[in-house]
Amino acid sequence: MTDPLGAAPGASSQPLMACQECDLLQRIPPLPIRGEAHCARCGHSLAARPSDPLQIPLALTITAAIVFVVAITTSLLGLSAVGRHASTTIIGGAWQLWQEGETITAAIVMFCAVIAPGFFIVLMLTVLLLAKRAPVPHWGGEVLRWCLHMQPWSMYDVMSLGILVALIKVAQLASVDAGIALYAMGVLAVLLPAIMVSFDAREIWKLVPCENKATASARAVEEADFLASGR
Amino acid sequence: MSALKPVRAITAAQCGLISCETCKLLARPAHPEDPGHCPRCGGELEFRRRRSLQRTWALVIAAAVCYIPANMLPMMATTTFASSHADTIMGGVVYLFASGSWPLALIVLVASVMVPLGKLIALIYLLLSVQRGMPGACHQRARLYRMVELIGRWSMLDVFVVTFIVALVQLQPLMAVQPGPAVLFFAVVVVLTMIAAETFDPRLIWDSAANLENEDD
Repeated sequence: MTDPLGAAPGASSQPLMACQECDLLQRIPPLPIRGEAHCARCGHSLAARPSDPLQIPLALTITAAIVFVVAITTSLLGLSAVGRHASTTIIGGAWQLWQEGETITAAIVMFCAVIAPGFFIVLMLTVLLLAKRAPVPHWGGEVLRWCLHMQPWSMYDVMSLGILVALIKVAQLASVDAGIALYAMGVLAVLLPAIMVSFDAREIWKLVPCENKATASARAVEEADFLASGR
Repeated sequence: MSALKPVRAITAAQCGLISCETCKLLARPAHPEDPGHCPRCGGELEFRRRRSLQRTWALVIAAAVCYIPANMLPMMATTTFASSHADTIMGGVVYLFASGSWPLALIVLVASVMVPLGKLIALIYLLLSVQRGMPGACHQRARLYRMVELIGRWSMLDVFVVTFIVALVQLQPLMAVQPGPAVLFFAVVVVLTMIAAETFDPRLIWDSAANLENEDD
């Protein structure tokens, strides 16, 4: 629970922040480990404090990177019917769609299945490694921003279910066997959300210095600054 | 949420402050008309997402238009040497149901028919309620918005199903599956509604409530 501005003037040691969903100004109290703060008005999750916000995500991200390589290189599904065998990989699936003339759909599938998760893993790894030696350079913020944008487009969870449905549909026509990539994808469907849950972006932002050059067009709100403005 | 009711809701915008959408830093804009960039992460600062309503309307209307061919045209065509037949989304659901896997039929029905339609209706409702300045039901609307954001990506399900069936079943000349024209429309619907959910600014929901509060004073 947070303090809406003015409700508890004692807890003013924490910086002010605004809820991303309803713009209410409030202060987040110091959180206990595994604690979570919700907006006082709309209930949007403002901040959470995982037990180890940098080490655990780093371990998970390295694992995810290895599993990702396995998932896109090995065979996903094999099919045999009347003495013929065919198998496909994730990229092969998108490529087949491309060859059938569905170029836009193939590009969307490729983006959700390979490009977005790949970028997400690489950028997350970069951010976490940068955070190991503070201060984080200014472009670290840029990297994290792109990383967070890639996250909703990494759809391994949806894809796993999609392949399950495809398997059941095809299983009635021919015998299908699951490849290593299918298991790898199942693991990634769990790993990617796990990285986001164990990761605390606030820890990184704390290490990113604010730009103080004259080029900075806006400036961070200092406490004194805010009080002086007469609210 | 908390036991003590907020004395008076004060938003960052009312104080002339902007919360960076990326790093959540509270920043004072350089100029009210041209807020500039976040001093910490370099993201663009905006009081409210720019032209949020117009952009979201455009995306929602485009998605609604694509939703029709996505459901009417065939998703995929199966060709064997004896016959060839095409399936629409509903055809696929019926096929799954008939072949006994009704839990999967239900998942596909929910993910590819009900979720996109529900999303479109929810977004149109949110847009209309904000435009009309509807004051009440903020909590319900905020929850609706969060749900739209959360479930949006699951409609991608059928696109993946078609992709992998097409990739797998290529046993020419015995049997082959081709993607139908609906796949493109369907994928476009999903992407457009996902972007629409991102361009819609949930803070607008609460702004109309705050305006009413001010009029009471």
